[in-house]
Amino acid sequence: MAAVWQKCSVLCRSLPATAAAKAFSRSAAPCSLQVRDFHSGAGRCYSQQLATVGASSKYGGRYTVTMIPGDGIGPELMGHVKDIFRYAGVPVDFEEVQITSQEGDEEAIENAITAIKRNGVALKGGLKTLHLDPSFGVSRNVAVRVRLDLFANVLRCKTFPGLPSRHGDIDIVIIRENTEGEYTSLEHENVPGVVESYKIITARNSNRIARYAFEYAQRHGRKKVTAVHKANIMKMGDGLFLECCRKMSEEFPDIQYESMIIDNCSMQMVSRPQQFDVMVMPNLYGNIISNIGAGLVGGPGLVPGENIGEQYAVFETATRNTGKSIAGQNVANPTAMLLASALMLEHLGLDKYAGLIENAVYKALAENKIRTPDLGGQHSTVDMVQTIVKEVEAQADKM
Amino acid sequence: MAAGVIRSLSQGLRRIAPFGSRLYSDEARTVTLIPGDGIGPEISAAVQEIFAAASAPIKWETSDVTAIKGPGGKYIIPPEAQESMNRNKIGLKGPLKTPVGKGHPSMNLLLRKTFQLYANVRPCKSIEGYKTPYTDVDLVTIRENTEGEYSGIEHMIVDGVVQSIKLITEPASRKVAEFAFDFARAQGRDTVTAVHKANIMRMSDGLFLRCCREVAEEYKDIKFEEMYLDTVCLNMVQDPTQFDVLVMPNLYGDILSDLCAGLIGGLGVTPSGNIGADGVAIFESVHGTAPDIAGKDLANPTALLLSAVMMLRHLGLHDHARRIETAAFETIKEGKALTGDLGGKAKCSDFTREVSQKVQEIE
Repeated sequence: MAAVWQKCSVLCRSLPATAAAKAFSRSAAPCSLQVRDFHSGAGRCYSQQLATVGASSKYGGRYTVTMIPGDGIGPELMGHVKDIFRYAGVPVDFEEVQITSQEGDEEAIENAITAIKRNGVALKGGLKTLHLDPSFGVSRNVAVRVRLDLFANVLRCKTFPGLPSRHGDIDIVIIRENTEGEYTSLEHENVPGVVESYKIITARNSNRIARYAFEYAQRHGRKKVTAVHKANIMKMGDGLFLECCRKMSEEFPDIQYESMIIDNCSMQMVSRPQQFDVMVMPNLYGNIISNIGAGLVGGPGLVPGENIGEQYAVFETATRNTGKSIAGQNVANPTAMLLASALMLEHLGLDKYAGLIENAVYKALAENKIRTPDLGGQHSTVDMVQTIVKEVEAQADKM
Repeated sequence: MAAGVIRSLSQGLRRIAPFGSRLYSDEARTVTLIPGDGIGPEISAAVQEIFAAASAPIKWETSDVTAIKGPGGKYIIPPEAQESMNRNKIGLKGPLKTPVGKGHPSMNLLLRKTFQLYANVRPCKSIEGYKTPYTDVDLVTIRENTEGEYSGIEHMIVDGVVQSIKLITEPASRKVAEFAFDFARAQGRDTVTAVHKANIMRMSDGLFLRCCREVAEEYKDIKFEEMYLDTVCLNMVQDPTQFDVLVMPNLYGDILSDLCAGLIGGLGVTPSGNIGADGVAIFESVHGTAPDIAGKDLANPTALLLSAVMMLRHLGLHDHARRIETAAFETIKEGKALTGDLGGKAKCSDFTREVSQKVQEIE
């Protein structure tokens, strides 16, 4: 597996790539540090192990990936992903699993989780949580993440070439702890009218995410990691998280480490976002900063995100919106989902195809200037997809 | 039964005399002034000068709130300060420093506990002349200030596992919701948006939302919306003009109010007010004491001045508020007398003089 991945990286480096795609390339030199893995004392560095996690379901040269279309704009975007994969000749087959907020049974979620475990990798749309319905259980998105222990949510907010933005050049990687914190759904009402909600922070998960963040920074040549917290108020909880990050920073002396309080961080994000490089934080702050970051570079339709665990990986849009209000109208921006599918291809080691799709997407935005309504334009989803397909077909012939 | 009668009576009274406004009094209002530390005294003096120039009907009663050790051994606000505040009800406060040392609590926390300040209000309006990437921002964040994630209840269950408790109660949620709608009505705002994460925290934020919804029923003239916290953040950085009044629990309020302050230029130009029990309201600047420039006539009094303007609006003195605010904004727009933090070289006294002159010229 590692050998195949290595070969693809070499191939990728020798292919001509547009400047835009080069800037966005995720392939980096494998980390040379002989660092112990998280639990035992041997092996490659942790995030490198995770970089190809789940890429196991390969048969006859083709990968099988679980696809969960979800609600809202999910189904139509997944349809476009499949089309573009077909035109590009990507050796990936999708196993579709339908869970929507309409189906109330636990069995559907179990099937979805089993399918992801079987294939190891998934592409997912947003699942709406009916928070007004008391019989609706825990958020299904959270259930997927926690059950599969997808502890790291990684998204890269980088200014898109050719897209106007208020803030100039931003390139921030947000690494968010994805399984605990405020998202434990542990609540009770002991006395009527008084609700207690528990936020859980553990040393194990804090260490895990901190290690992931620093190794990510090292692997990708990033210079600084900022830990975001509110330890002045939540002295024990966020204090523990901060302490884990600080201790981890001592193992990576070549990476600059700083910490920042969440409210100051939000203020800095809107006034001077260029100061940030890699950011690591617990769950809720990650939710806030991810949305701020995505908003800064152009909105929910653009940024892809990945959820990485020790055994599985699930790819989706960064801000995880279901887009219910624009579903079925052919106005959704397919960029985020397409870039998420490209991230998935890189994860599987299919760097060539990933680059093909990414280049086509950036070209459609920067050169062809396709603008769906969320970017202030009048183009439809299909306009964007057709432009991408044309480019993919043209480039695929050269491969 | 009696509680129900009293409640509907007080609601009725509120409708006649909207919260915070003084309809019939035209004599000078006495207000407690807490200059604070660091640059506090100089910016307070600047505000007093500008108010005098504007002939605002405000009498200042200066007070010192530096905590002293009370009879029980716990730190308290000095009784004279407490008494002044309880008598005047309205206060204006400069930045306070918390001495580093064991046992001394945060001054802001002490004030909050002493006067039961349950709502923190921050109007964020773009300042013409102080360029930020965002223009036309005009929103108000109202944050519940007593409970939520800041209850301070934490335990280490086993080594390496910490549990922090977020507390949401019906009375506190209801109180802040009622204040938000009253405020919107009194200030002529159209929409109140409740910010929450009820998809994740079903019971706690669900309770908060329910209280907001129930209060919204009593204020049919104000539009009520609900929005997820992440959607608000996403939309806020793309188009802040779509928001009007936002009401939310403690942590989200802390983050969002600072986010909005960042949109208009930071804490140095953002006003803030805290509403407490029994009609107490303390308006403050939220920046630090800036000890490095204290006493050098370099400080920027804008934040405290805008907080004082907020105070005037709270008192129903809308005309004076408008004149002083316009004078301040025009001075900043002109750009001739800007202090260092706004990119200029003028002194605090220059800025103050400019604003005082302008306010006398404005009708």
